[in-house]
Amino acid sequence: MAKYPTEPLKCWNKAKELRMEWYREFEQAHEKGGLRVMGSAWAFDCIPLGLGRDVHWVTGEPYGASCAFNKPLSAKFLAATENYGFARDLCSYMRNYWGSILCDEYAFGGKFPKADFAYTQHICCSHAKWYQNACELEGGDVPLCVIDVGAGPYTPFAPKVYEHRIKYVADQLMDSIDWMEEVTGREYNDELFFEAAWNDIRSTHTWAKICMLNRAVPAPLDEKSIYSLYVFGTLQKSNAKFADFYENDLLPEVRDRVDRGIAAVPNEQARVMTDTQPPWGFLSIYRYLESWGVVSVGSLYTFGLEGMWLFDKEKKDFVPRPMPENRPETREECCRMLADWHLCKPEYQHYYSPEYKTQMMDAIAKNWKLNAIILHYNRGCEGLSVGIAENRLGLLKRGHKVLTYEGNMGDEREFDKEATQKRFDIFLESMGLTKQEER
Amino acid sequence: MAGGIKMPGEEKKQQKQEFWRWTESNWKNPDLDWNDAKIVTAGIDVGSVSSQAVIVTDGRIFAYSNMRTGSDSPESARNALNYALKGTGLPEDRIDYCIGTGYGRVNVPMADRSITEIACHARGAHFLYGPEVRTVLDVGGQDCKAIHCDGKGKVTDFLMNDKCAAGTGRGMEVFADLLSVPIIEVGDRSFDIEKEPEPVSSTCVVYAKTEATGLLRSGWKVNEVLAAYCSAMAERIYSLIERIGVEERFAITGGMAKNKGVIDRLMKIMNIEPMKTEWDTQIAGAAGAALFANTLVAKGKGRK
Repeated sequence: MAKYPTEPLKCWNKAKELRMEWYREFEQAHEKGGLRVMGSAWAFDCIPLGLGRDVHWVTGEPYGASCAFNKPLSAKFLAATENYGFARDLCSYMRNYWGSILCDEYAFGGKFPKADFAYTQHICCSHAKWYQNACELEGGDVPLCVIDVGAGPYTPFAPKVYEHRIKYVADQLMDSIDWMEEVTGREYNDELFFEAAWNDIRSTHTWAKICMLNRAVPAPLDEKSIYSLYVFGTLQKSNAKFADFYENDLLPEVRDRVDRGIAAVPNEQARVMTDTQPPWGFLSIYRYLESWGVVSVGSLYTFGLEGMWLFDKEKKDFVPRPMPENRPETREECCRMLADWHLCKPEYQHYYSPEYKTQMMDAIAKNWKLNAIILHYNRGCEGLSVGIAENRLGLLKRGHKVLTYEGNMGDEREFDKEATQKRFDIFLESMGLTKQEER
Repeated sequence: MAGGIKMPGEEKKQQKQEFWRWTESNWKNPDLDWNDAKIVTAGIDVGSVSSQAVIVTDGRIFAYSNMRTGSDSPESARNALNYALKGTGLPEDRIDYCIGTGYGRVNVPMADRSITEIACHARGAHFLYGPEVRTVLDVGGQDCKAIHCDGKGKVTDFLMNDKCAAGTGRGMEVFADLLSVPIIEVGDRSFDIEKEPEPVSSTCVVYAKTEATGLLRSGWKVNEVLAAYCSAMAERIYSLIERIGVEERFAITGGMAKNKGVIDRLMKIMNIEPMKTEWDTQIAGAAGAALFANTLVAKGKGRK
């Protein structure tokens, strides 16, 4: 007998359709006279949208994850990058992406659509080179613009919000607009830019509100499902359809599930969070957790990569960052608003110290009522794995139960499903849980 | 032929011998008679390399076996149980409850339930070494675990080696075969050297074999290569223990506990004295399972 009622998400099919439509729009952009842009999921994706409503994106990380989900295809792409001469220990999203270009094969069918320009940002060592090589692999004639966001931590990890840090990023955004006009020959439309920037703010704010609802017991969303929903922020957070989907479909539905006590995992006995990207080809490990009555309610990664929060160090708590009171009216104002908005992103902060991330994870564990934490030592992403062993120690020190497992988000050769499930068994058993079939 | 490096100029035909093969054994407690027992339970630990069965009567070890695991887990479990029962006169159907553990625990046909080997090793170590044990190191055939437990043998924390299984029992077996040194002699011979060499640079069996071959060709003696490998394994195991930290007192279970070449070097690095036991350290998991079963039956939760 299930402990809680459950039901499928009503907006699930719409989410799937929106995602596929978005990938098709990128593929078919040229047929309609539009432009294709490639870049990181972390990029200020609203900026190129000032070039017109026919500008379509593909972002490398979710694209790499989609490749990884298709194991035979991913194996082909990874082999292609290795044969080309790239090292096997590089970011596995990046290698899937490059492999896709090298094989000239789009993961959603057809040839890989060549981008007109690349617009990205420097976050980690991989992102510093990802699109430089992608542009070269595409023939060397794809212009590249990169925004550096290494401006330092945001409050409360910095004593105050330093204006010069915001200006450093905002000025680059301003310059990039001139650059885009030059390489595309199009005139930039500030009204379209303001609209897209506001959609960015809307979607990242709303995603944080949705994640807040997962504090409820039982959790209305499980992390395996969350991966299919947070993805819109990584695909293109400034996309109007995505912002509307979050605001008008997902948020009300999750709120309704909380009100009615609808559980994602009907036998919820214990709650955990994970960290960093999962091994995308093996999401069944989350279903395996459920067989122990364990729901993964999210992570700093799924909450804070595309959700915008304010962290209170004293209260050890998060609140969704309130949207700006006024909409920007000038290009300068809009660039400044965006820089300030995104520099507080939780997933940026750990680059400055693993201790910041430990503090935030500790807060999630307390406020989302977790019983344990499962850390993925993700060989595929140096950026988000940096300091993770120190996070483990910090969390243990704060009294949390922590399990680690080793794997790779995008290279199935570096993940052992059986061994990982065995680890889960031992850990969950030591927490006093019993597997459902044995109850 | 099985293993062994033929050195240049070496003409002598090497004898076909499986150097990795350790002696299987069984034992019966001469002080116990199962006819007097109220509760008879069994624990069967099907590991990746070895399998053990332990029979417990009223909370005391009555008999056990220690064998190699074959390619078929149910058959390995069956063989281990038969070997433990051999010569005891105890009929299998007298066993009140049986728990499977280890790598193949879900494939133990006679088990009433399974419990993970971490829990069983902690419980088993608590029995074999005494209730003072707080940290258990289990170096098994293909993985390595460091376990913290409380005064009742309950797991409070644990760590396992990450994906690579280097530095575990099977690696030592492969190395013994490579160097044509019977596995039971590895420990002693690794100390029969003039000066402690540097560890080999990797405990990965594949890389270590390559490096060992190179060392032999460059004139190292077999015992020196053994010492270099044992030393590397000790460092690898220490890196795991260091991550979880040692809470006194410290006990070692699993087959590697019998290899002084690794364990003595490990203890030197850790600068502590391990606990001692008269029991076969390989039976810890199965003993823990049998003791769990005994507790369940005593609480009326058994099958009968």
